[in-house]
Amino acid sequence: MKDVLDLTVAEAATRIAATELSAAEYFGAWHEAASGDDLNAYLHRVDHAQPHQAIDGPLGGIPVAVKDIFCTEGTPTTAGSKILEGYLPPYTAAAVRRLDEAGARVLGKTNMDEFAMGSSNENSAYGAVLNPWDRTRVPGGSSGGSAAAVAGGLAPCALGTDTGGSIRQPAALCGIVGLKPTYGAISRYGMIAFASSLDQCGPLTRDVTDAALLLVALEGRDPFDSTSVGIAGGIVAPSREDLSGLRFGVPRELAADAIDAGVREVFEATLKRIEELGGEIAEVGLPNAEHGISAYYVIAPAEASSNLARYDGVRYGMRAAAAGDLLEMYEETRAQGFGAEVKRRIMLGTYALSSGYYDAYYGQAQKVRTRIAEDFSGAFAEVDFVVTPTSPSVAFGLGEKTADPLAMYLNDFFTVPMSLAGIPAISIPAGLAEPEGGGAKLPVGFQIAAPAFAEQKLLEGSFALEQAIGFNDAWHSRIPWISGVDDG
Amino acid sequence: MIDRDQVLHVARLARLRLSEEEVETMAGELSGILEHVDRIGKLDLEGVEPTSHVVALENVWRADEPRPSLSHELALASAPDPQDGAFRVPSPQAE
Repeated sequence: MKDVLDLTVAEAATRIAATELSAAEYFGAWHEAASGDDLNAYLHRVDHAQPHQAIDGPLGGIPVAVKDIFCTEGTPTTAGSKILEGYLPPYTAAAVRRLDEAGARVLGKTNMDEFAMGSSNENSAYGAVLNPWDRTRVPGGSSGGSAAAVAGGLAPCALGTDTGGSIRQPAALCGIVGLKPTYGAISRYGMIAFASSLDQCGPLTRDVTDAALLLVALEGRDPFDSTSVGIAGGIVAPSREDLSGLRFGVPRELAADAIDAGVREVFEATLKRIEELGGEIAEVGLPNAEHGISAYYVIAPAEASSNLARYDGVRYGMRAAAAGDLLEMYEETRAQGFGAEVKRRIMLGTYALSSGYYDAYYGQAQKVRTRIAEDFSGAFAEVDFVVTPTSPSVAFGLGEKTADPLAMYLNDFFTVPMSLAGIPAISIPAGLAEPEGGGAKLPVGFQIAAPAFAEQKLLEGSFALEQAIGFNDAWHSRIPWISGVDDG
Repeated sequence: MIDRDQVLHVARLARLRLSEEEVETMAGELSGILEHVDRIGKLDLEGVEPTSHVVALENVWRADEPRPSLSHELALASAPDPQDGAFRVPSPQAE
């Protein structure tokens, strides 16, 4: 029998439901694994070693690692920031509650870029997370702790959030599956806000089936988030075996020179694989996608500067011991509580929204957003999916891009357009590639995007492709989560 | 493109105290980012509707009925300086 830690969530849930595996034993095994975290993936772990007996529900007894951006009643929640050090939320986020209602239990809270601002997890106030494939490299961000926990065998599945790529990019860099659902598919209630018109939570898992299982529990309308609508018809486990009759669109604007050679090779091999499965490759036009980064780095900081105004040392979180008046207390608290990237984005957003600049920046960016959404609508009139590499490179070195904020932002080039259009997109591991400059091969993610609320179709297509790629079988000996191999 | 005075002005609007060093690096970094962002300023988007929300939603209503909410104690539990059932703050006026 496989080690229980080698089981996927779907396999474990089936065994638990059939009473072949005890939920307590399973949770205990994961609790022990999580305790050995040497990737700095967790900021906080629950201290009980096992959940209460016999938990009903489709995820009964399944432990889940939750990004520290989700409020969890009575459990520390920092969003990776010093300004929320010691904060104990008085309520639990809707997404976490839904997992709980399905029988899953929180295993711990995972490390992240402060307030989800970053693509490398190096912006956490609590230290960087290490990539389990190569500990000198970043796991991606901002859900880097969640991705590293799943890829490193410290959790069977995790919850993350994606504003411009923060689920898909770390999933790609860590060799796992990451799904950003349609904006509105899952409630944002209790999810600490970064950019409210873009934020959406989703699962990080070892395979597509597990992502579907979590989405089944997560999606739905919530009266506490009036922008949530759920997914009409719900979600079931995918089972499709071929891709016949499906059209995959490759943006003709995909600038080949912006993609590392190794990543490009895996991408092209995956396109061939799609054709072998009966799918058709077509070229589509996304002429405005190249402006995605510019629009995103106006809209997201603008909304963040407004959302982060609440951290002022009055109602919760830290307060600087400043002498002087109220204004000085605000300024000193925020100076001490926020890290460099958060300050940079607050400044950028405040500038973009300030008198005289609003139309030129925020207004213009919102129009670009319309154009990008129209590009996708046009593409989906011709194809079923739009595909790109998830990230232009494999995992890069710790410290490699921290000196240049703009270079870091360009990591999100392929993931930001889908966020602006609000459509669902998934990253699945497609193979390994050597980093530029040489070294051991690292995972490459393949991104598939679908029209709004077409998650079931997206999961079916991804499932068929995933089975054909066989990533977890082909690179078995290198995968960190396979127990007994490279868990060093 | 963004000078020191503008950085200080925006920092004040954002209620952020920046160190001398931060003011310097911020001016350079923000200028670099804005230079990239300014590419969209040159696009002709006359007549394009701005997108503020991606899902087509009409007003979302609920019945206006009383329901339990956070208790007073719980709401104050994480406050840095609670007193007499309220959030205590320094005086808005310097002494």
